[in-house]
Amino acid sequence: MTAFDFPRPVMTPEAETLRGEVRAFLDEELGALRAAGKYVGWTHADPAFSRKLGARGWIGMTWPRTYGGGERSATERYVVIEEMLAAGAPVGAHWTADRQVGPLLLSHGSEDQRQLLLPGIAAGTCYVAIGLSEPGVGSDLASIKARAVPVDGGYRLSGTKIWTTNAHLSHYAVVLCRTDGEPGDRHAGLSQLLIDLGSPGIDIRPIIDMTGSHSFNEVHFDDVFVPETMLIGLRGNGWAQVSGEMGNERSGPDRFLSSFAVVEALVRRTREKPSDERRAAVGRLVAQVAVLRRLSASIAEMIRKGEDPTVQGALVKDIGTALEQEIPEVARRLFAIEPSPEAADPLSALVGSTLLAAPSFTLRGGTREILRGIIARGLGVR
Amino acid sequence: MSASPYFEAAERIVRDLFDSDSVRRGSSGAWLTEGWRAIEALGLPQALVDEADGGLGIDPAEAADMLRLVGYWAVPLPLAEAMLGASLLARGRMAGVEGPVTLAPPHRTTIRIERREGAWFAEGRATRVPWARDATTLLLIAPAEDSPYLVAMPASLGTIEEGVNLAGEPRDDFRFSTTIPATAVLPGTMTPNEVHAAGAALRTIMIAGAAQRLLDLTLGFADEHQQFGRPIAKFQAVQQNLAALAGQAAVCRAACDMAAQALFTRDGRPAIAMAKSRAGEAAALTAHLAHQVHGAIGFTEEYDLHLYSRRILAWREEYGNEAEWNAVVGQSCLDSADGAWALITRHGEFAR
Repeated sequence: MTAFDFPRPVMTPEAETLRGEVRAFLDEELGALRAAGKYVGWTHADPAFSRKLGARGWIGMTWPRTYGGGERSATERYVVIEEMLAAGAPVGAHWTADRQVGPLLLSHGSEDQRQLLLPGIAAGTCYVAIGLSEPGVGSDLASIKARAVPVDGGYRLSGTKIWTTNAHLSHYAVVLCRTDGEPGDRHAGLSQLLIDLGSPGIDIRPIIDMTGSHSFNEVHFDDVFVPETMLIGLRGNGWAQVSGEMGNERSGPDRFLSSFAVVEALVRRTREKPSDERRAAVGRLVAQVAVLRRLSASIAEMIRKGEDPTVQGALVKDIGTALEQEIPEVARRLFAIEPSPEAADPLSALVGSTLLAAPSFTLRGGTREILRGIIARGLGVR
Repeated sequence: MSASPYFEAAERIVRDLFDSDSVRRGSSGAWLTEGWRAIEALGLPQALVDEADGGLGIDPAEAADMLRLVGYWAVPLPLAEAMLGASLLARGRMAGVEGPVTLAPPHRTTIRIERREGAWFAEGRATRVPWARDATTLLLIAPAEDSPYLVAMPASLGTIEEGVNLAGEPRDDFRFSTTIPATAVLPGTMTPNEVHAAGAALRTIMIAGAAQRLLDLTLGFADEHQQFGRPIAKFQAVQQNLAALAGQAAVCRAACDMAAQALFTRDGRPAIAMAKSRAGEAAALTAHLAHQVHGAIGFTEEYDLHLYSRRILAWREEYGNEAEWNAVVGQSCLDSADGAWALITRHGEFAR
């Protein structure tokens, strides 16, 4: 049989207690915004908000205390992040550092690198961008051209990274680049470097997206010196390290909850103006989210057990992002609204901002086509 | 799937007994005597009965593994009905009921019972009863003002009008107006709504089995079938469909696990509602994608694909389709003072 294994997800009383604390905090912080439909979503960066989470111990939750972590369980971390996402909390500033960079450094980083970054990340004060894509190199990551030439005491990095989310707010970036071999070598010869974004020779230029927001950047590296100590893991092992990291990136609840605020708004509006059609349509969306949440939590359980969630993560992201895109369309079918981010009506405002953001859902973190290729490989047909 | 020795033994027996020919015979009106005997000998109908009451002593998740075999191998016998029926009988401590036992879907049944001279009089009509024509006993849930009654009705006491579901499985109408012995009626059983939800959970589990089989058959076909000089699985367009199919099968499986954990729990109805609705929608997509990859051969009577795709189409209707359960979930959301997300986290049915 070809069933992918999805272990039974786990919930604990401690995690449920924590859920109550997180909800109370989010009600306090976001209640007014949410009532007005001014939902910003998890990609929005708000350093002040990140610092508050850091002060509560809700970033780097599972990391060792020696690095500023909380040594909490994976289940507790899952509860915190799913509550943040369901509420549309502006977690963008610290998100990639918490989700990817911390785990990367804990498995491949040096002691110095961990000491340098992890306490700040956990405090919500140190943000880290991820430099993967390049102009002309999107899904085909093995073709990247950024090159770090070995020199005395380190490397000199030249090249351009694109779609680098929140680089303009970040203190560091983890950059995938070629240290050895030629572009024809594909995955071999790639390495990950930890770059201090304050280094000379770095130019960060904004890319405004179609919603009018600035989260993307184009980052130019012109002969930037990178000390030897900032190589992450093994030289030439970058591809394997990135692949492991992408498993974490793709598998979380951020891949099916981006539109969830619309569902809550639909519930409220249906309470005011009920009909059988609306009741059933809302029920359908909630059933879809509930089952996806189960799959997603199951992946968190896989990660906790040290299993590789690459294929399962791709599968959940494929289905989850399709649902994220469908949710605002369902809202439009149920209510005769005119969506606009500026609308005074909360539902219209929410649907408006979600519709404009929706094309990115099936692109970021691996396009639908790439994900299905990963799933097909997992099925043994590629 | 579970790898317990008992499961492996059951799977081997089911695989050997329910080959394509048997399934086809069972899907066109034949009662598979040997198959039913083997299933009874394995104790499978007792899978949901507590060990103290003569059950197998397995938890609902393992019972679900067993029932998923019905979907995976398209077993054309009323095992789900027998499992749920045995559980109802054991809860009511009613012994000596002769099998095969089937269960009348409570939402497709009208029944009135009254006491008469030391016995009971029952009249009504149960529709869409799986394998009523082959059962010795039909279990019916009779709502009453005080509490519902479980009625173990000998099939000989009513008349049967044969019918089938979309997969050709017997779904018969049963009419009755008869006196039945006092020992065949028990008070204090599960309500019609509770039995309906339990039935929906079991159909969700069966759907997951059939969805998995559709995926396996389709992968096998795509690897073997050549076009343009290579297996069609080598074409990206086909790979995309296979990946989407695997996703929908995984959704069915997650819904199955959710339903199994919610089965017989006090507050399990919302989780079962979500699971049945979600599995119904995903299952239809698995059938659609499996047929798309197979092309014309999958549409023929001769090829086995329809044994599974038709079952999925039939089972998603039984014990409530998406229209019904979506409305239930929707109403639960409207009733949930703290909103939809709180409802979802209350009814995730995770392990604790």
